[in-house]
Amino acid sequence: MIVRTVFTIAALTLQEAARRRVLRALAVLTVVLLALSAWGFSRIDAEFGGLTSGEAKAVASIVLNLVMFGLSMIAALGTAFLAGPTLAGEIESGIALAVLGRPVRRAAVLVGKWLGLVTFGGSFVAVAGLAQLLIVRATVGYWPPKPATGLVLLAAQTTVLLTLGLLLSNVISPMASGIVAVGLFGATWVAGVVGSVGEALDNASVARIGTVSRMLLPTDGLWHGAMNSFQDPALLRQAGSGFGESPFLSMAPLTSTYLAWTGLWVAVMLGLAAMAYHRRDL
Amino acid sequence: MTAGSTAAERLLTELPPSPAVWCSGLRKRYRRQTAVDGVSFTVGRGEVVGLLGPNGAGKTSVIKILLGLVRPDAGEVLLLGRPARNPDARADVGYLPELFRYQPWLTPAEVLTLHVRLAGIAVPAQERRGCLALVGLAGRADDRVGSFSKGMQQRLGLAVALVARPQLVVLDEPTSALDPIGRADVRDLLISLKDRGVAVLLNSHLIGEVERVCDRVVILDKGRVAASGTLSELLGQRELRLRLDGVTAAAEARLAAAGRLTRTGNAFTVMLPAEQDGTTVPELVADLVGLGVRIHAVEPARISLEERLLDILRTGQGEGRQ
Repeated sequence: MIVRTVFTIAALTLQEAARRRVLRALAVLTVVLLALSAWGFSRIDAEFGGLTSGEAKAVASIVLNLVMFGLSMIAALGTAFLAGPTLAGEIESGIALAVLGRPVRRAAVLVGKWLGLVTFGGSFVAVAGLAQLLIVRATVGYWPPKPATGLVLLAAQTTVLLTLGLLLSNVISPMASGIVAVGLFGATWVAGVVGSVGEALDNASVARIGTVSRMLLPTDGLWHGAMNSFQDPALLRQAGSGFGESPFLSMAPLTSTYLAWTGLWVAVMLGLAAMAYHRRDL
Repeated sequence: MTAGSTAAERLLTELPPSPAVWCSGLRKRYRRQTAVDGVSFTVGRGEVVGLLGPNGAGKTSVIKILLGLVRPDAGEVLLLGRPARNPDARADVGYLPELFRYQPWLTPAEVLTLHVRLAGIAVPAQERRGCLALVGLAGRADDRVGSFSKGMQQRLGLAVALVARPQLVVLDEPTSALDPIGRADVRDLLISLKDRGVAVLLNSHLIGEVERVCDRVVILDKGRVAASGTLSELLGQRELRLRLDGVTAAAEARLAAAGRLTRTGNAFTVMLPAEQDGTTVPELVADLVGLGVRIHAVEPARISLEERLLDILRTGQGEGRQ
């Protein structure tokens, strides 16, 4: 019964995303970004014709990370603004009344919604990300070392942010939940930059800012893991120890401990969201 | 199987079915405002019960508590014999909310499919289409709900409430967006539910509607049950208005013997007991004729539910069963 509810609501959420304008808006944004990046990569090849193949690869790898960051931003912001408002909007409009008047557990409805959004966000990242990687291969001939891992980590980043959006929308107003989720996403990224500056300067307390923020909200940590999978390993050897972590360069792959923490983080946040949803008067 | 367990099973099957709704001591506060204050009532199987009361009396809150949409601060609810805290208690319950909205990106046929799936039963497509036809949406089954008027959405809400073969239907203001034809359709629908033995809890502002279809009425005021009972219990006495000439002292005594008598000139009003026995009025008329009274008019009248409701709400107490 619970499993059927979860899958029914997940399918309904995907149907909603497909039939509403959100998919079209997202498709247009993505096509614009991909077209711009295709043009940009073809210029790299044309303008820097004098580069050695290694240099060209290094440049392509860094620019790929930049574009992927844009893509992950679209996915994360899109789902964060979708997650909260759909749940809260259904309560406000009255759609939730008829659904929750059925013999269903609210937690199952929430998990179904989450599963639908995760599938939607994940599929977007997979399709758009893969298209981006193919564009890069076609224009500059660069293929990242671990494309699948990178795309999975980007999908995980989207999952983290939409889970946060679902929790926040149960606690604060739907619009505020989207803004706060995106604000926290941005703040963690900035904290990650600050942390990498601290590492470069060998300042442990500044570097800790990045570490702590990556624990509190794993989006930036996952982003660094994704970058590590996309960038050219030769680039790291070239960069040497002087660079350290930077917003668009990652020195090390993610540890399994960090991935386990991310899994636990998502489970706890989803559990809290289900609890808040369960206690809510409609 | 032991003899003991067979006896227990027989005992269980012989028990009368539990009521469709049983609630006791429901209480709900929203911050400083008490919305529901010790509400208890029962809806029997196959019974149509009307929930009446002014705005803010707590009718919708009570309905939401029954369906597990609002958590009560105190009180117990059983739906079809099962504790309402368990979502499975709503398996055979259909609900039309006061605030009715359905997924605008779906078609009515898809909305019904969704609800059947959530209810966990299999209803053939033909039966689902029949349900849409019953509420007058047969021709719009494949249009998007987003293009529907409020009245059509409310009709869809009725179909949603009825599609999963419910044993109890809870309708919160089911005719608020409907035109007079729609209201008549709902009235017919309620009567057909009653004929099929489906219990109905109906919250409506249209007292005439309630008076026509309900077996019993629960009147809420300021979160409490102000009165409840069958219509005849609540409406109490009937009146007999007469216009008479040549009334002697003996005739007046005969009138007073039938019930409490008031007189204004030629007009006499006698209060009769609620139960109609079919003999009181003809016998009274025959006796009056025998006593030489000239009778111009005899007009039996009943206090309307509206008058009674206003009386209960104004005086703050009902004479019906609490």
